[in-house]
Amino acid sequence: MRQQELEKAKDYKYGFTTDIESIRAPKGLNEEVIKFISNIKKEPKWMLEWRLKAFNRLKSIKEPNWQKPKYPKIDYQNLYYYSAPKSAKDKPKSLDEVDPKLIETYKKLGIPLKEQEKLAGVAVDAVFDSVSVATTFKDKLTEKGIIFCPISEAIQKHPDLVKKYLGSVIPITDHYFATLNSAVFTDGSFVYIPEGVRCPMELSTYFRINASETGQFERTLIIADKGSYVSYLEGCTAPMRDENQLHAANVELVALDDAEIKYSTVQNWYPGDKDGKGGIYNFVTKRGLCKGKNSKISWTQVETGSAITWKYPSCILKGDNSVGEFYSIAITNNYQKADTGTKMIHLGKNTKSKIISKGISAGHADNTYRGLVDINKNALNARNYTQCDSLLMGNKCGAHTVPYIKNKNSSSTIEHEATTSKINEDQLYYCNQRGLNQEESVGLIVNGFCKEVLQQLPMEFAVEAQKLVGISLEGSVG
Amino acid sequence: MLEIKNLKASINERSILKGLNLHIKPGELHAIMGPNGSGKSTLANVLSGKKGYEITGEINFEGESLKAVSVEERAQKGIFLAFQYPLEIPGVNTNNFLKTSLNSILKAKGKKELDTLSFLKLVKEKSSELGIDEKILSRQLNVGFSGGEKKKNEILQMKILDPNLSILDETDSGLDIDALKIIAKGVNSSRDDKKSFLVITHYQRLLEYIKPDFVHVLSDGKIVRTGCGELAEELEKTGYKKIN
Repeated sequence: MRQQELEKAKDYKYGFTTDIESIRAPKGLNEEVIKFISNIKKEPKWMLEWRLKAFNRLKSIKEPNWQKPKYPKIDYQNLYYYSAPKSAKDKPKSLDEVDPKLIETYKKLGIPLKEQEKLAGVAVDAVFDSVSVATTFKDKLTEKGIIFCPISEAIQKHPDLVKKYLGSVIPITDHYFATLNSAVFTDGSFVYIPEGVRCPMELSTYFRINASETGQFERTLIIADKGSYVSYLEGCTAPMRDENQLHAANVELVALDDAEIKYSTVQNWYPGDKDGKGGIYNFVTKRGLCKGKNSKISWTQVETGSAITWKYPSCILKGDNSVGEFYSIAITNNYQKADTGTKMIHLGKNTKSKIISKGISAGHADNTYRGLVDINKNALNARNYTQCDSLLMGNKCGAHTVPYIKNKNSSSTIEHEATTSKINEDQLYYCNQRGLNQEESVGLIVNGFCKEVLQQLPMEFAVEAQKLVGISLEGSVG
Repeated sequence: MLEIKNLKASINERSILKGLNLHIKPGELHAIMGPNGSGKSTLANVLSGKKGYEITGEINFEGESLKAVSVEERAQKGIFLAFQYPLEIPGVNTNNFLKTSLNSILKAKGKKELDTLSFLKLVKEKSSELGIDEKILSRQLNVGFSGGEKKKNEILQMKILDPNLSILDETDSGLDIDALKIIAKGVNSSRDDKKSFLVITHYQRLLEYIKPDFVHVLSDGKIVRTGCGELAEELEKTGYKKIN
């Protein structure tokens, strides 16, 4: 038994838990729990009302069921909706005040906060379970008028901005998981870039699910005011466990006139073991609104973890001349499943969108690209280019492409290209003959296949992502 | 260097090599000629360790049997195969590929891996030595390369990886005279008393530029004649039919 556990832990590099005592809300989903969360976060009344409105809505709607990967019924009354590391109750003012155990956890994850602060120039709003414990580089950002803080803090300190934009892209009535998140979200990041400011560094948040049986419901809101620019990185790892864990985050982006937001994700949550037992349910709603003219929102995602990945980072191109981009790598191995893609909603004139999706499937995995290009009747001269490539490894996995195109304007140009290929034995032989072993060869070929997406990632992320691509497929070729 | 004894190979129950013997000593260059379907490429594949063949007989490289040695381990031990049809790998930068390759070979030998700067210096040196435009190295591996560029790229890889035994599988096929000279130069400049070559070719043309120590004629899976340079010239005149 012990030996088995060790074996399991070895399979998942990030599989460990920290035994920090947790404060928990009682199990279950009801008004009391929502009040508990709102109270512990010291939220104003309007926020609680907003949550309760969402909760009331939730009672009348059902989980969607049209996705390809099916999962066992989730018992929402059997989950904890709030858990916080006790030591974070009195918020640390600097890294020195942070519980050394937390710091140790981050170190195991390869995120040495202290070194990062100095070396990488990255400000980290670290979410450990549900409470942000350390925010670095605040001063440097404050100088420029940039707000980068936990959303719970923004609710207290910047209520006008939060009131104006929270739920403006993903309404509380949107769909089951988005509504659930609106009712019970615990924390997440808030970013505001003032007019004309170019954020001087990549903003980064590392998420980590920790306490047992805790659904993690983050809420992130990023607002780029007129003429501003920000690049935001999100990277995730989670400890291993056997029960499935639900993760239903909401991420909203708003870009005003001439503003640009670049949002990059590397997702490496516990995918379940080799037989498909355990793993995270990654049901995330991400949506960006190009509200102003000439604005741009670009999503880049590298999805390698989770038992089920089900998400469609989308762009609503409302402003004239606005641009939406979606670059995606989704890797599924063993029994992992992914149903991911994007929605590009063209509303404004001369709006442009680009979709590059690379799906890689190995083992018994199943990988679906699902995407919508919707060109409304007022979107004169809209353009879309979509390219979906699938790579299969072995003959027990699946790849599917489900593009939806709705065009209500005859002046638009829509292009769609799709390919499906199998990893070529001769390519592997060629690499082997040059001294590369099977895994190095697969990593190389797959990285080549994903190149167009990988090169969209900020430098420090790209290196990590490249390694991850190789690691995720280890053992997939005999 | 390389000793092949009574080598038989078949694929899908079709027998291709039918008892081949060959002995290549350090510093020697052997040419193998033969008509289509005589087993030349199979010999190259089998020596490199390609999967899919039923094999009996012995292959010893530097005194060790290659029986249980994988493709990559053979490469790491110093066996290089210049492919007849080099593979395209989209999205993979040629320089990057070459660096990864060189470093895994160095690593396997317990030598220090090269950093990017020293690697680029080595590449510059070797490509200018051969008169190969460095630009092809910043392109995706073999993608959109002309036939000649692909073959030149193979020879450049050979120069950089510096193997003990180089097998050239019809590297000269389909090349113009300038490309042919570059290939020949790549081989000739690498020859010394330690390095061995096995050059597989259809035509005598390449052997005007590369002087072999021995020429073997392969026919129906066996070596049917062995001679020196003159044998190639004779073949050019008489064709393979007479030999059989």
